[in-house]
Amino acid sequence: MKSATQIIAACILVAGVLCAASPPAQAYRAFISNEKDNTISVIDTDTLKVIETMKVGQRPRGVLLSKDGAWLLICTSDDNHIEVYDAKTYEFIKNLPSGPDPELMELHPSGNPLYVANEDDNIVTVVDIQEGRVLSEIQVGVEPEGMAVSPDGKYVVNTSETTNMAHIIDSQSHKTVANILVDNRPRVARFTSDGKQLWVSAEIGGTVTIIDVESKEPIQKIAFDIPGITAEAIQPVGIAINKEGTKAFVALGPANRVAVIDAKTYKVEKYILVGQRVWNLSFTPDEKYLMTTNGVSNDVTVIDVAKQRGYKSIAVGRYPWGIVITNE
Amino acid sequence: MVMTQREEPDAAPRARSHRLLTIILCAVAAFSGLFGLDATWAANAAPEEAKSTNIQITYVEEERDRLAPLSLLDFRPPTVGFDGAKLAVNDNNTTGRFLNQSFTLDKVSSAMPEELIEKVVAQAKSGIGFFVVDASADTLLALSDALKGLPAVIFNAGASEEYLREENCRNNVKHTAASDTMLTDALIQYLAWKQWRKLVLVIGPKPEDKLYAEALRRSVKRYGLNLLEEKEFVYEAGSRRSDGGYEQVQKQIPSFTQKFPEHDVLLVADVANQFGDYLPARTWKSRVVAGTHGLYPTTWHPASELWGATQFQNRFQRLSGRTMKQLDYAAWMAVRSIGEAATRAGSGDPKQLIEYMLSEKFELAAFKGQKLTYRPWNAQLRQPIFVALPRIHVSVSPQQGFLHQVTVLDTLGTDKPETKCTAFQ
Repeated sequence: MKSATQIIAACILVAGVLCAASPPAQAYRAFISNEKDNTISVIDTDTLKVIETMKVGQRPRGVLLSKDGAWLLICTSDDNHIEVYDAKTYEFIKNLPSGPDPELMELHPSGNPLYVANEDDNIVTVVDIQEGRVLSEIQVGVEPEGMAVSPDGKYVVNTSETTNMAHIIDSQSHKTVANILVDNRPRVARFTSDGKQLWVSAEIGGTVTIIDVESKEPIQKIAFDIPGITAEAIQPVGIAINKEGTKAFVALGPANRVAVIDAKTYKVEKYILVGQRVWNLSFTPDEKYLMTTNGVSNDVTVIDVAKQRGYKSIAVGRYPWGIVITNE
Repeated sequence: MVMTQREEPDAAPRARSHRLLTIILCAVAAFSGLFGLDATWAANAAPEEAKSTNIQITYVEEERDRLAPLSLLDFRPPTVGFDGAKLAVNDNNTTGRFLNQSFTLDKVSSAMPEELIEKVVAQAKSGIGFFVVDASADTLLALSDALKGLPAVIFNAGASEEYLREENCRNNVKHTAASDTMLTDALIQYLAWKQWRKLVLVIGPKPEDKLYAEALRRSVKRYGLNLLEEKEFVYEAGSRRSDGGYEQVQKQIPSFTQKFPEHDVLLVADVANQFGDYLPARTWKSRVVAGTHGLYPTTWHPASELWGATQFQNRFQRLSGRTMKQLDYAAWMAVRSIGEAATRAGSGDPKQLIEYMLSEKFELAAFKGQKLTYRPWNAQLRQPIFVALPRIHVSVSPQQGFLHQVTVLDTLGTDKPETKCTAFQ
């Protein structure tokens, strides 16, 4: 038999949940890796405030959440491993082997395994995150950087910065099925949500190449031109494409802008001014905000996606690098 | 005496385990079937069938008698330059594996210019098209004239003399080494940014010191700073090492610099590295020393981790067991230029690659945060330049605010409107 207090408590809880669910108060948490500080800044996307600063290993760069949202994975590059933390309590859980100098990583859509780019060793390491062991090493080009996995889990993609290629790898056989030359110093690779296209940014080349996944051929190359900014300063890195596949946002590094691209016509529609040396970016799950990491100005710019302009800057640690946002 | 040694391509890092080796073999097998597709994208000119292309590169070194440097830390590693070329060949081969291209590196060295030139010409006649050269300016010119008409190109990795890019430029020579004026412009821009405008100059007695001083004077004028006085530092190059002697130096330098007018910076031109290191911290007044010593401009710094250079420095360290010098970096850029052209043009033919490198399409990523290109009027590679102290860089030029209508990199060194080079017209 339930006591009256329990019933009241339950009612309050229900009311609380209802209240929390009412728009626009859905709060996610963004994890920002601060490369220089060896910390992770946790931002509440509702209040847009830093709610926690986690001390982690050396030179944290790529960050990722496990598919169930329970674990935060961090490439601590100078410690040559991946650290796993509880994404809610921020407590350390374990280290995963990663191969040397891990930089960026991506999970298989099934939640396991993890594919890690080892920048110093020309390989992609495949890691079982549950068992914590290396399953395989895949030979790629010089300075592996960007990682992506197709939504159907069939292909793993790695970009190599000095070889200037996107390597498309069969996730079952671990064999490279295509090596597609893109412009100089490719950084980030992103699949569209339907898995039909692969977008690859080239930092020094100053372009984004769009690859048709079925034919594995480049179908489009997007260049950028900003009045008053030298061509050399336009260095595309992070890419975020909305779920609908209609808009893409590309971080342009020291140009201090994020380009807004019509993902159907490939036309650049706008450049949004953000903080200095913008590298990586991520949508909140509701796609209300897009958040960018600005390495030189030590802050995160929150972009109002609908209005396509900067909404707020949030100071974080030194040299903010990677970003991942919770799903709930 | 001519010495030749052959370096086989060593693309794959040492196999980490049998399992990894198996993966590589599987992967290589998989690539061969798909090669056609990739090469088609690389360039329309790519061969239809998966035919392997080998590109041969020779590193050419003129052995020279050099005076020993002042500091024990500055002794020249025996494989300086060549190690940079070796690293780039490895990098090229890792990429080439995916495109069925392989690169090999030879080395030719001699103390006698005629013999060196003879050997290089013989190689060029046998079909080798690429020579990365570390030689004196005179030998470099003689070599380029001897190669005239052959489908071969020289990369000047070691000589900074301005006249090699100007009145004595040659259309078969590319320069990955920075010119004297690129270096001095980089330094003087930084001094201008600091508003350290009053300068004095100490010049060594060697001809190369005079050339460097000339470049400094030009840069000072170009950026509107004031050179108030110059003084020659006369010394007899004797034995480098004697137990003690610092007592004399500690007294000589203050009196040598005492009569200079009031200045912000004391510039030094000591390319031969014979006295410049005696100046910092010993001058009459507590002034910054800059030029060949003290605060110095350099195309590479062994402590740079900017723009992803960490892995590059690590790769070099693993290969050579030491830190990277300017000559290594220039040789690396030369061999990577060849690799980049081969990748993009989908060819191993020297003529096609040379043409590609001169075209507007060519660009090189070399850990400088922007694409590097060759100046079309004299084939000098444009590049940002570090302004540094021995242990860490201070800044990178071009400095903010120095503008240019084509590229800010052309604020460093002799620009198109002032060039005396006509070989590329």
